[in-house]
Amino acid sequence: MTTIDAKNVLDETTVAVTGNEAVAEAMRQIDPDVVCAYPITPQTEVVQLFAQMVADGKVSSEFITVESEHSAMSAVIGAAAGGVRTMTATSSQGFALMWELLYIAASYRLPIVMTTVNRALSGPINIHCDHSDTMGGRDSGWIQIYGENHQEAYDNCIQAVRIAEHADIRLPAMHMYDGYVISGAIGPLKMLSDEAVKSFIGPYRPINPLLDTRHPVTVGPFDGLHGFYFEHKVAQNRAMDRALKVIQDVADEYAAISGRQYGLLDPYLIDDAEIAIVVVGSTAGTTRLVVDKLRAKGVKAGMVRVRAFRPFPAAAYAQALQHAKVVGVLDRADSFGAQGGPVFLEVRSALYDCDPRPQVLPFIYGLGGRDIFPDNIEQAFAVLQKAARSKKRAPVERRYLNLRED
Amino acid sequence: MSAPKKTAAKKPAAPRKTRARKPRPKWDISDIESWGPERHEPGATIPEAGNSVYNETGGWRTFVPELSPEKCDGCMLCYFYCPDASIIVEDGKAVAVDLEHCKGCGICAHECPAGAIVMRLEEKE
Repeated sequence: MTTIDAKNVLDETTVAVTGNEAVAEAMRQIDPDVVCAYPITPQTEVVQLFAQMVADGKVSSEFITVESEHSAMSAVIGAAAGGVRTMTATSSQGFALMWELLYIAASYRLPIVMTTVNRALSGPINIHCDHSDTMGGRDSGWIQIYGENHQEAYDNCIQAVRIAEHADIRLPAMHMYDGYVISGAIGPLKMLSDEAVKSFIGPYRPINPLLDTRHPVTVGPFDGLHGFYFEHKVAQNRAMDRALKVIQDVADEYAAISGRQYGLLDPYLIDDAEIAIVVVGSTAGTTRLVVDKLRAKGVKAGMVRVRAFRPFPAAAYAQALQHAKVVGVLDRADSFGAQGGPVFLEVRSALYDCDPRPQVLPFIYGLGGRDIFPDNIEQAFAVLQKAARSKKRAPVERRYLNLRED
Repeated sequence: MSAPKKTAAKKPAAPRKTRARKPRPKWDISDIESWGPERHEPGATIPEAGNSVYNETGGWRTFVPELSPEKCDGCMLCYFYCPDASIIVEDGKAVAVDLEHCKGCGICAHECPAGAIVMRLEEKE
């Protein structure tokens, strides 16, 4: 049933695919009612493959072609309000062009699922991986789940459908993976059967669908003039809070059918770690390698990989990192003028109430696809080790990994 | 509900199950001013039609239409043009204006070929 070339089938259950192919396959199995997307590097392959599946009759989705991402998001909002399951995908500038609609989708509580392949934002123009596109959208009201590799790109895409559509949540969800590093590179993927995915996601249940002509409703009414905008925003945020439990519940259910267990975050040798790194995306693989190397030398190093970023599971971070002396947060996006990158700000705030309070230091790396080598991560751990030995608290200033300096 | 399926081919669709739907209870918003976040519909959706009558827009008015029913020839232009459905018609003639909803836009007076409606500045008594 899979559309993957037979020569790429490694064994009965494992195939060799690009990250984008993995997601296109997930979308085929989800078979959403309406997909509307506009191609942009490095997401293009997702849209191209899916459009081919539509043309070949492998899915029953309505594929709407549009002239921009602004229109793509508008169209899925319309379709979702109409009462059907919708998906889209984008990257970088496309994500930026969707901006005002991201907030609309979230505030109308439409469970749209979007794949966002992380890419740097212009300018200067750059097409390679960093996280500044989706990190910029962190306050838009979308659930955000970051994946590390091909398998997670596929698994998160399927789980996102259940999370977004959960009756307690009804919020749009985006899942991310690194542009090129995952999207274009080939890696192993264990796929579920079409039937398993179909029964996992279940039928779509619309709430107040616009096309139910027997029960006419108004979607998106004017909410000003002493209306209830404030109450609606608080309701939206409470749904986001409830999503923490739902993300874990859906992950547990998914583990039962896939054998792969996910959590709100992904800890690695963290329980007795004195120094730890928090990282997002594919760099986690490199970081694990360095942690193993340091452990072999007797250094108590550990790692936490970010999975759910919105909602941010602050309590889980406090729990995981409370025994660490120094925590380094590796951000692949910067928040200009802030005290550090977006993940740093969250982690540092999450650890504020720990007693004793770990030091948290900001690192910036990989902007515009700058390579990150094991040596660079070792340098970061060396900074943490030095800070852990020192009696004085280290200054909280950005440290840059693999930056050319004057 | 589902989108129109493009790929028809396969098997003929099973006959659609029809289920007698219970009429929804009327959306009671009499105390909406006291509602907290949990009582509103998700996404600010208004879950029924025809409730704009509860939204009294008469307070927006600066000019008020003054209707002389004896001049009305029953052409109904005011009735059709009124954006707030505020022209009250009896026996084919405009007899009054619903001032709880009339915003005083003046379209009725502009359109009336019989000169039966004039706008005057509305002043507090």
